[in-house]
Amino acid sequence: MSNSPTTLFDKVWDSHVVRKIADGPDVFFIDRHFIHEVTSPVAFLGLETRGIGVLFPERTFATADHNTPTINQHLPVEDPLSANQLLQLEKNTAKYGISHWGLGNPKNGIVHVVGPENGITLPGMTIVCGDSHTSTHGAFGAIAFGIGTSEVEMVLSSQCIMQPKPKKMRINVNGALGKGVTPKDVALYIISKLTTSGATGYFVEYAGDVFEKMSMEGRMTVCNLSIEMGARGGMIAPDQTTFDYIEGRELAPKGADWDKQLAYWKTLKTDSGATFDEEITFLASDIEPMITYGTNPGMGMGISKQIPNADDVEGGVSTYEKSLEYMGFAQNDSMIGKKVDYVFIGSCTNGRIEDFRAFASIVKGRKKAEHVTAWVVPGSHIVEAQIREEGIYDILTEAGFALRQPGCSACLAMNDDKIPAGKYAVSTSNRNFEGRQGPGSRTLLASPLVAAAAAITGVVTDPREFL
Amino acid sequence: MAYDSFNVLKSSAVPLPIENVDTDQIIPARFLKATERTGFGDNLFRDWRYDKNDAPKADFVLNNPTYSGKILVGGKNFGSGSSREHAAWAIYDYGFRCVVSSFFADIFRGNAINVGVLPVQVSPEFLHQIFTAIEADPKAELEVSLPEQTITIVATGASEKFAINGYKKNNLLNGFDDIDYLQAMKLEISTFAENR
Repeated sequence: MSNSPTTLFDKVWDSHVVRKIADGPDVFFIDRHFIHEVTSPVAFLGLETRGIGVLFPERTFATADHNTPTINQHLPVEDPLSANQLLQLEKNTAKYGISHWGLGNPKNGIVHVVGPENGITLPGMTIVCGDSHTSTHGAFGAIAFGIGTSEVEMVLSSQCIMQPKPKKMRINVNGALGKGVTPKDVALYIISKLTTSGATGYFVEYAGDVFEKMSMEGRMTVCNLSIEMGARGGMIAPDQTTFDYIEGRELAPKGADWDKQLAYWKTLKTDSGATFDEEITFLASDIEPMITYGTNPGMGMGISKQIPNADDVEGGVSTYEKSLEYMGFAQNDSMIGKKVDYVFIGSCTNGRIEDFRAFASIVKGRKKAEHVTAWVVPGSHIVEAQIREEGIYDILTEAGFALRQPGCSACLAMNDDKIPAGKYAVSTSNRNFEGRQGPGSRTLLASPLVAAAAAITGVVTDPREFL
Repeated sequence: MAYDSFNVLKSSAVPLPIENVDTDQIIPARFLKATERTGFGDNLFRDWRYDKNDAPKADFVLNNPTYSGKILVGGKNFGSGSSREHAAWAIYDYGFRCVVSSFFADIFRGNAINVGVLPVQVSPEFLHQIFTAIEADPKAELEVSLPEQTITIVATGASEKFAINGYKKNNLLNGFDDIDYLQAMKLEISTFAENR
């Protein structure tokens, strides 16, 4: 090995290449593989058709999350198609000896919440899942990204996928964040600057003061949203914050193994002088609480700003106008004061304990606006338990909010948690695509603080008024 | 074993000059509940194609008999969003074998190749030429040659090269797939895993 300065990304990537194919992708070894009920059945079917097995079942972890109901989880799932997918996951994992945290299991929850909280996600690992928000796990200094079902079948059968190595981008955010500005706002700000395709072809490393000071929950939120600017994934160098988060978690290394791994994890950082294909720097002080006004996550702005003119936006005017028409908004509109019908807090983006603490900090001692329907959905049973232990449950109840059971829920509305056509939802999830939260639904992406302020007032509101 | 081979495709094309066509539009999440990979074509672009009463929307291009063919031509950043391979299955199942755009989202591009749909990335200028050609003649044919890595507007002869790595090109030309390749190197992979 040469001693030239190397990036964190190169260190992890290069150590996982089994074979380099000339004029082709790398055969890339996967340490941890997460599966769920929606993108895995066809992969298992493929194994059957080919008559091949699972090479390392102990490296794959299954949880049910995408189509699961968020109430009455003790009852049989009503939708026959969802019930069948859940049954297939149970059968397939049993057949091949794969760990399965199905509905009702105390460790069940959203795949990108349960992986980290149980110590499955560790620094320096390669992690994939048939879900684009797998980038979440990059918060630990892992290379983590979403894959298609054909690739799920590859990982099951060979623990490898075929991947061309992406280019490298570093995004620095320096300085201190202002009042009411959360990791979600940092991510939405970056995406609004880069656009929804600005990092396509790249793997991102986040660096600078803001990420160094950020909690693991916050780092997960930021890395989660990497895909929304087109990046395959994003990562943050592991540090003491990371090690403190992992230590003691159920499946994390223990004893001598911990010491050995910790020594390795401490080498996982970008050497000074290492170069990136692209490097961008932002100032934390330029970021305010964000909200989206359009139909992709790049169409976001500071909450006090006005919707931009089509002429000032990169890309096609007709696409931009189509988007605003869908949302029922006009150029130059202010978002403040727009009526809100639904509020959703949860998802792999903002379904962790810190998000519910933030939400509770605003709704505490106040009341939910009468016309607002609010869905408060923890990312996992462990988060749900924390919500109760910390007294957040009581705050929510007193303010008129009901706590639901864990799952992906209204983020992609595969279950019954659908926003009706034409209605506006302030959502802490990750995508505001047309119909994402139900056919005809209109999504305003924002932080848990902005969601809380909207839930209380019934209109889009600057959360700083309550802080 | 996974899919048909791809060599030269000459066909008229269906234009969809919209940017950032995301996978939730290509196949909405509520249609992801199947446990097999067939039948998704019926729900391709479901919410653009049908109204809430499941009646076809006359103004959507797939409902316009003027346009047909095995090639779908989309605006910049086609396939952004979710990793759902169902998006590529739906495009394949509907009958498309090639998608042309000036820019593709990464995961979609990989998924498309893995199911036998060739993503052809062209320059913004050439994309504009294609849309113009289809506007002038809805039956205008495109010729996509994988061996030559070219896409040609047959009527004008205008042509452009496109990129694909040699490994994937060979796979598509012969109908080989990655899983067969990986199965053949399982011993090497196991040794690698042990030494980690």
